Amino acid sequence: MPRAWVFGDDLDTDQIVPGRYAPFMVGQDKFHTYTFCDARPGFAKEVQPGDILVGGENFGCGSSREYAVAALAKLGIGGIVAKNFARIFFRNCINLGIPVLESADAVERIKDGDAVTLDAPSGVLRSPSGDVSLRPLAPFAREILDAGGVVAYLRAHGDFPKVA
Amino acid sequence: MSKSVAEKILSRASGRDVRAGDLVIVPVSRVMVHDSVIDAVMAGLRDLGKEHVWDTSKVCVFVDHAAPAPTPVVADSHRVLREWVRTQKIPTFYDAGEGVCHQIMVEEGYCEPGTVIVGSDSHSNSYGAVGAFGAGMGATDIAVALGLGRTWLRVPESIKVTFTGKLRKGITMKDAIMRVVREVGTDGARYACVEFHGVGALPQGDRITLAGMTTEMGAKAGIVVGTPEAPDWLWPDPAASYLREVTIDLTTLEPQIAVPPRVDQVVDVSAAIGTAVDIVFLGSCTNGRLVDMQQAAAVLRGRRIDPRVRLEVVPSSRRQFELAMQDGTLQILSAAGAVIGSSGCGPCLGRTGGVLAGEEVCLSTANRNYKGRMGSPQANIYLGSPLVAAVAALTGVIDDPRPYLEATDAELDALVARRRAERGDRGAASSRSGDRLEKLVMAAAPLRMQPQAELDD
Repeated sequence: MPRAWVFGDDLDTDQIVPGRYAPFMVGQDKFHTYTFCDARPGFAKEVQPGDILVGGENFGCGSSREYAVAALAKLGIGGIVAKNFARIFFRNCINLGIPVLESADAVERIKDGDAVTLDAPSGVLRSPSGDVSLRPLAPFAREILDAGGVVAYLRAHGDFPKVA
Repeated sequence: MSKSVAEKILSRASGRDVRAGDLVIVPVSRVMVHDSVIDAVMAGLRDLGKEHVWDTSKVCVFVDHAAPAPTPVVADSHRVLREWVRTQKIPTFYDAGEGVCHQIMVEEGYCEPGTVIVGSDSHSNSYGAVGAFGAGMGATDIAVALGLGRTWLRVPESIKVTFTGKLRKGITMKDAIMRVVREVGTDGARYACVEFHGVGALPQGDRITLAGMTTEMGAKAGIVVGTPEAPDWLWPDPAASYLREVTIDLTTLEPQIAVPPRVDQVVDVSAAIGTAVDIVFLGSCTNGRLVDMQQAAAVLRGRRIDPRVRLEVVPSSRRQFELAMQDGTLQILSAAGAVIGSSGCGPCLGRTGGVLAGEEVCLSTANRNYKGRMGSPQANIYLGSPLVAAVAALTGVIDDPRPYLEATDAELDALVARRRAERGDRGAASSRSGDRLEKLVMAAAPLRMQPQAELDD
């Protein structure tokens, strides 16, 4: 069963993968092994595919560095639930196919290590303390996510989803 | 319908009458790509099935983030990038030593006012210095823009920042924007466009400082209105609606210091006087221009920096480097003991240049003070103006720069001697003891607003 990893407010991309471990510093095959190496030592070894990250406000702020998200994708993170997300990080997650969902109270209700299941279509995160409701994604983002990311979407459809 | 600048630009670009909250697909007038993302951008283009970028004349490529290459792995990545530029036949390429992408994008005229520009670096908001809608994006978004010549955006709400009055001597627009960040918070402008009013006539460099720092409030774009480069239609309508309005009186502004590890943890310099530093960085897209170096030189002329402190000066572009060479500014800084780095991002992001050791304290003129940003995660980074930086290099402590600008030679000698004596052998030792930092964090207690929750971008 996937577990939750709970973080606080303003988790910046330097904390997800510090700049000194960028792929172009340590190589494409290694950078993800440094995920949260300062903020949460041991994370990259212990995390299991499907695990969910839970955070507070402004999750993923800071640099545009997509490799922070690429590292999470490589580790198989099943989704991120936070009060809200920094804008570039949000785009990067949608583009690389990681569900990013807003919840006002997940970070208060979910404890680190809780067994959780993300039911994105129903908009809930199931947890030992009950279901936590998630704000539905905009259809535009949903379509890209459902295709597995923006590259997969564009290959399948040749253009962006319709906007208006 | 009355429109903000963002609504005007995105309506024009999309060919639709759009307002905040609408999604648009818009052509981009330029795409900026920098060295550290090239592998992911190339992979993205390959996966998209695009052999060539959509228009080679609209792509600007830079080697600046880790330049010159500090390691063999980075050197290999730079080699790959150069080969890609050559095979794609992209004419606009700035290699290591030419400078920071954002400085060159603005000063060499690649940013057309009123158009949409996307860049692979988060400080692409800088292009708002000349009225362009510049937005930073990740590598895959950049690959898509390179392949299609278009991007998608949610039309942002706007925040109106008005500056009134006139800066007093010893205060800079860096202090002004840090005062704004203090008020708005690191996420107070999330998804929004920050419009700056009352400063359109400022020198271009000051406008880059303002627009670029909007990234530190979470903004999608930051645009200075009424600049000489902008066409008339680019003024916002008087009745445009804003999420929030902030007014800063420049006349009463004090020098500002951002306390680690948050950019919005800002205090008046008076609260931070005496904080010992080990290293001072003068540079970056925020404050690495001729005027910034001249301000530092005015303080350091004919003097040596404190022997317990290192000063690293990195001009933001070759143009700025050469201007500072020609007028003697670099000579003054070098004679004062500064390390002069080649133009580029330098140590701002901890990849090259003088990275920080554990527990070292840095005073930086750049834009971020996150934990681990400039090297060791145990280091502490304070942000300030070039004048504060020069005084910190001279005395070894953070201090109000104004007395140094007014003092006679004898008064200055006495002031420097006093500050150096008070500093003692602290510096890195002060981090170890937690000296001062906790008090400053309390003093800074940011006045953060609650932004509207928005999910679409």
